[in-house]
Amino acid sequence: MLGIVIDDSKAMRKILRKFLEGLDFSVLEAGNGREALEVLDSADSVPELALIDWNMPEMNGLEFVVEARKRPEWRNMTLVMVTTESEHSQIVRALASGAHEYVIKPFTKDGMIDKLALLGLVPVGVLS
Amino acid sequence: MELTGQQFGYVSDLLRREAAIVLSPGKEYLVESRLRPLARQTGHASIGELLNVAQSPNGAAVAVRKRIVESLTINETSWFRDREPFAALTDVVLPQILGESPTRPVRIWSAASSSGQEPYSIAIQLDKALPPGRDYQILATDLSTEMVARSSAGRYNQLEINRGLPAGDLVKYFQRAGADWQVSDKLRRKITFQQLNLSQPLPAMQPFDVVFLRNVLIYFSPETKRQILARIRKVLRPGGWLQLGAAETTVGIDAAFERVPVGRTAIYRASSANLLPVKEVTAC
Repeated sequence: MLGIVIDDSKAMRKILRKFLEGLDFSVLEAGNGREALEVLDSADSVPELALIDWNMPEMNGLEFVVEARKRPEWRNMTLVMVTTESEHSQIVRALASGAHEYVIKPFTKDGMIDKLALLGLVPVGVLS
Repeated sequence: MELTGQQFGYVSDLLRREAAIVLSPGKEYLVESRLRPLARQTGHASIGELLNVAQSPNGAAVAVRKRIVESLTINETSWFRDREPFAALTDVVLPQILGESPTRPVRIWSAASSSGQEPYSIAIQLDKALPPGRDYQILATDLSTEMVARSSAGRYNQLEINRGLPAGDLVKYFQRAGADWQVSDKLRRKITFQQLNLSQPLPAMQPFDVVFLRNVLIYFSPETKRQILARIRKVLRPGGWLQLGAAETTVGIDAAFERVPVGRTAIYRASSANLLPVKEVTAC
């Protein structure tokens, strides 16, 4: 499977890349929403999963979600916000804008696996 | 290793005596990992010191022994743990129950409710799946009084919330409470929480449609498993359902339960041979 990590923190991108690679994903990276649109437009295939930070320069995660949902060719890409934004109203807003799931930082590896399992994105054998 | 053979033997005996749980050799790491934080919390310099107090004749020993048993019987848990049992509830069990009686409340017992994620997950599932006006009641019990208090409070930190709770359910059934999340009153008032030791005779109970007894039997001896299953059968409605953990079964232990495969898992049904006739039973 293919995933894209969209986060302006290089350290967080590295953590999420390593995590996804552990689940046998190939991983693309982008530092903000605008860059993610470019990376996706030039990619050979559409990722099954996008992990998206909220607060980023140029185009934030929520704006990216809105843009991504306008593109029918990306409809099978599961959009997961991964962010420190933790207010009830923000989660509602992200889901209403088209995000499929929401993970609040900090998260544990098990917590992230649980979320991806909900979305059917964890290979058989990883879950015990 | 911090734990001596004698100390491990003492803890094993204590657990067998107080909770009928068998702690096999090789579980020293488990005992150490659970007792080390308990020793710290209770102001003891080491596990050895904690166990000395537990074995002493003074009044504090009873409370310390209780804390030791509780610390060894608490399991890490997550929302909708393993997912399939909750899908089986909605797809197989509820249609059957609703077909049998169109009005009475659906009653479910979460018999090892730990920190509460299982009974609240059941409540979320029922709230979404039951037709309007159809009521439900959940009994949530655990050996640990500490866990009963925690689940009754219904308050969870961010890391706990991240463990398998869909974001849509989070915003629908929880409110922020400082840095934590609080389960809504709508769900909490459907659940009764109480302390209960499954290895002892059960108190009087109204019959249940479903009992969740997941990842509990694995800790007990074959004889205690038989006793627990027999007690549970008595509080199940005729044709009622038993949900066990993935590694557990009634097969070879209690012939009065029938194994019903559901997807990649199975659910167990109290068979009619030992029960009152079941109305409108359909094959699953």
